[in-house]
Parts: sequence; C-alpha cells; structure tokens
Amino acid sequence: MERIRERVIQIYGNLVSLLQKCIFCILSVGPIPNHIAFIMDGNRRFTKKCKLMEGAGHKIGFSALMSMLKYCYEFGVRYVTVYAFSIENFKRSPEEVQSLMDLMLEKIEEILKEQSIVNRYGVRVIFSGNLKLLSEPVRLAAERAMLATAKNSKAVLSICVAYTSTNEIMHAVQESCEEKWDEITLLNSSGAGYGLISLGGYEQDEMDHLIKLTDIEKHMYMAAAPDPDIIIRTSGETRLSNFLLWQSANCYLYSPSVLWPEIGFRQFLWAILNFQQIHFYLDKQRKQS
Amino acid sequence: MDFSNESRVLHRCSAQIGNLLLLSLWHLVHSIISICNFTLDIANVLESYLISSGLLGRYKSLHIAKLRYLAIVIESEEAYQTSKIIELLQWLEAVGVKHVCLYDKEGILKKSKDFILENLDGAIWFQDAHENNVLLDQQHMTLEFVSFSDGKEAVAKAANVLFMKYSKSGVTDQNQKEKIFTESQMSEALKTVGSGGPEPDLLLVYGPARCHLGFPAWRIKYTEIVHMGPLKSMNYGSLIKAIYKFTMVRQNYGK
Repeated sequence: MERIRERVIQIYGNLVSLLQKCIFCILSVGPIPNHIAFIMDGNRRFTKKCKLMEGAGHKIGFSALMSMLKYCYEFGVRYVTVYAFSIENFKRSPEEVQSLMDLMLEKIEEILKEQSIVNRYGVRVIFSGNLKLLSEPVRLAAERAMLATAKNSKAVLSICVAYTSTNEIMHAVQESCEEKWDEITLLNSSGAGYGLISLGGYEQDEMDHLIKLTDIEKHMYMAAAPDPDIIIRTSGETRLSNFLLWQSANCYLYSPSVLWPEIGFRQFLWAILNFQQIHFYLDKQRKQS
Repeated sequence: MDFSNESRVLHRCSAQIGNLLLLSLWHLVHSIISICNFTLDIANVLESYLISSGLLGRYKSLHIAKLRYLAIVIESEEAYQTSKIIELLQWLEAVGVKHVCLYDKEGILKKSKDFILENLDGAIWFQDAHENNVLLDQQHMTLEFVSFSDGKEAVAKAANVLFMKYSKSGVTDQNQKEKIFTESQMSEALKTVGSGGPEPDLLLVYGPARCHLGFPAWRIKYTEIVHMGPLKSMNYGSLIKAIYKFTMVRQNYGK
C-alpha cells in the first residue's frame, strides 16, 4: 500500500515537472528576463497565520526560495538577487536577529554541499552589502561561499545581507572619493598634478565633475549584475523598502499578495507573462536612458 | 546516402513545424492574458464609477492627513497632455492633497511648469514655498517638478560636493571621514545641488507599466508605488481608491 502511494506521488511529481518544462518551452519564445530580484516578505506573518513555532516561517521561506531559484535557472534567468537581510532589520529584537543569523549560517553551509542547487546549475554566489556589520562567523561563512563558487559561471545569485540602497549609494560615493583622492595624490607626487586640489588649480566647472556617475556605479555592491528586469515583492506590499532603488529605474515591479513561504510556480508564471507583455516598452525606456 | 539526406530534410521540417507550433501557443497564451487583463480593467472602471458616485461608503471619508507628500510619475509621451495633468491636480486639490511632486523622465513637465501653475488656481511652485525644509501649512497647493537628471546625475553632483569637503578636511583622519560620508550629509549635499525634495509617501505611476522610470532613488526608500494605468484613461474613482488603500497600509520600517 505504502509503495503504491509513493509511486503515485512520484508519477504526479514527474507529470508536474513535465508540465512546467512544457510551459517554459512555450514561454521561451518570448523575451526571457536576464535578472529577477526577490523581496522575501511575509515570513513572520506566515508563522502567525499557520500558528507555527517562531522561526518556522523563515525555514519554510528558505525552501520556497530554493524552488523559485530552480524555476529561474531552469527558465534561463542568469541573475537572481534576493533581499535576505536589511540593515534596518538589525533593529529587531536581539533574539530574532540572532536566530536569523544562525539560519543564514546553517543555510550557507547547506548550499555549498555537493548536490545543492548551486552546483547543479553552476551558480556563483555573491553576498552584497555592508558585510562588516555582520558577526564574524557569518561574514567568514559568506566569504567562504563566495570563494568556493567563484569559478561557477552559468548563473549568479546575489544575496543582499546588511544591505540598503542608501547605504550602497553612500558606500559607492565614499569609495569614489577615496579613489579620486588617491589618483590626485599620485599625480601630485609624480609632479604631474601641480598641487591641483590644494592650490585650486582646477576650474570651478572641472571641480564639479571630478567624480563621475560611472565612478560611483562601478563601486556599487551590485555592480557585478545588470539592472533587474523584474522585482517581485510578496505579501502585497507596494514599496521597495530601500532595495535596488538605484537599479530599478526601468524594472517591472510585481507585488503578488501571497506571503513569501506560499510563493510558487503560479506567481512566477504570472510575473514572466506580465514582463513579456510590457517588455517592448521597458526595453525602449532602457535604451533612452 | 539518400536516406540520410531525406532524414535531415524531415528533421528540419519537423523542427520548423515544432517552432511554429510553439510560436502559436505563445501567442495564444498571451492573447488569453490580454483578455484577462482587459476584463480586470473593465471591472476596475466599473468600481471607479461606483466610487466616484459615492455609492461605496468606505471611500467617503479619507484620512488625507496621512498623505503628507504625493508624487506622480507620468510617461514622457503622455506628459504633453497638460490639460489632463491640470485636471488630475484639480482632483487632488479637491481631495485635500497639499503637496505634489510631478515627475517625468525627460523633463517635459518642467518645461510646462509655468503653464500648469498659471492654470491651476492657488498652486505655487515648491521652490518658492520652501523655507528651511519645513513644509508650511499652506492654503495653496505646492507643486514640485522633477526629472531624470534629479536622480543619478544629482547624486554624482552631490558626490562632488562631498569630495570637496573630504579633500579640505584631514583626509587621513578616520573620524572626519565618518562624519562626512553619512546619509544625512548626502541629503544635505543633494539639497545644495538643487535636488533635495522630501520623500513622498505615495507614488502614483501613470503609464503602461508599474515602474518608477528613474524617480530619484534617494527619495523612494519607503514610498508606496501604485500603478494607475495610462494617463488617457485616468479617472477620479481609481485615484480615491489608491489614496484610500494607502491610508490603510501599516509599515514596520524593517523592525
């Protein structure tokens, strides 16, 4: 009896998989997004809604993330970014922050294992954010994961931890200023600069353009990935909460009302279909920038 | 030899038929989606008529005080329709919205600024009303006009302002560095270069897609972004519904 049940479940699983593959086949006739970003909102609400133990929502949320990554990479999306932990989240209770950090540590170790999704799809993992704000064990695990997957080149997973857009912009501006200063100091010391900065050797006009937009953009934490095509935020909330504000100028924002642990193939499909409907318009906007 | 040729031709034919089949299925799927979206649009239009006529009770009283600053993003091609924009602003005035920011990517609205201000009774330009970053409780509506150059390019200009401060200070002093490169210093620098407006609570997008089209990133951290459809099909009911939904939202700000 037990074996028959298992067999039925297996056949059902295979059929669902086949159906998904067929759907992807049809959809790939149209434009495939290059980069999808996820704001994984609603884990705590899910825990409350299903009356689970604290932290269970986040664990189920992690499996939901694995399924979404599978759909993305199977469909051919090269870059996926997820908003795992915001700098603002540090304001939560120390117990909650600690349990999230522990979960992150546990899951980083898990994805580095042999049969994990990262190795199956050749995914390079990048941790974007102010990693100095993380505790030592988490930061070291993150750096280990980045090193271990550095050679993978089929797809990229950017995990934003200790990240906010404003912090990213600020960091990029600081790095640009420090780099420009070093450049000028080098020019000065080699005699070519003629003490440009201190003696007011630049024209006012030039001074306003020392730091260029390209300098700032190359120092962003997310510089390794192109601008996102779709940002999906679950729980029906319509704000970006300081996520990819700089990069989302021509990006389709989709806010399904499901909570993150409940997200599935249906929402992924709907996001892709809507993206394909307006792709022509967004592409035109991007080319005009 | 003949067989391999024939099998290659057969293979190519079947691949082409397969591709045609996939293409038609794709178009079929998208036609179904378009029909679904069209039916949803009709339902929305009906709902807006009900709201405008005041038949739906809950939309009658809005907690408009919650909406301190409203931003409107308009598709640049539709931004030429200044009469529609003036009508929209008149509706907002009627509802009680006091401070509005108008954005379009190419700065078309900036060019129509004088025309809009002249034709909208009792509206004044944000820059004129603005004093020490305190939004005074005005009788009049204030209007701000923003374009793409107030976003990324303004950040680059602000970076230059901070660079000047950095180069004048003790560059090797870590404390000084920490004081200069802070988010509040950046906000001040943005104000200095003329792109330092307040953060909108709600952003309404009038265009084909839900996309903020480059609205200054520094200002939309926690802004609710709502898609209203194209400007040509704007209606009063959906405006009220969007504002009502906004007043019902509760934010944690990360906590």
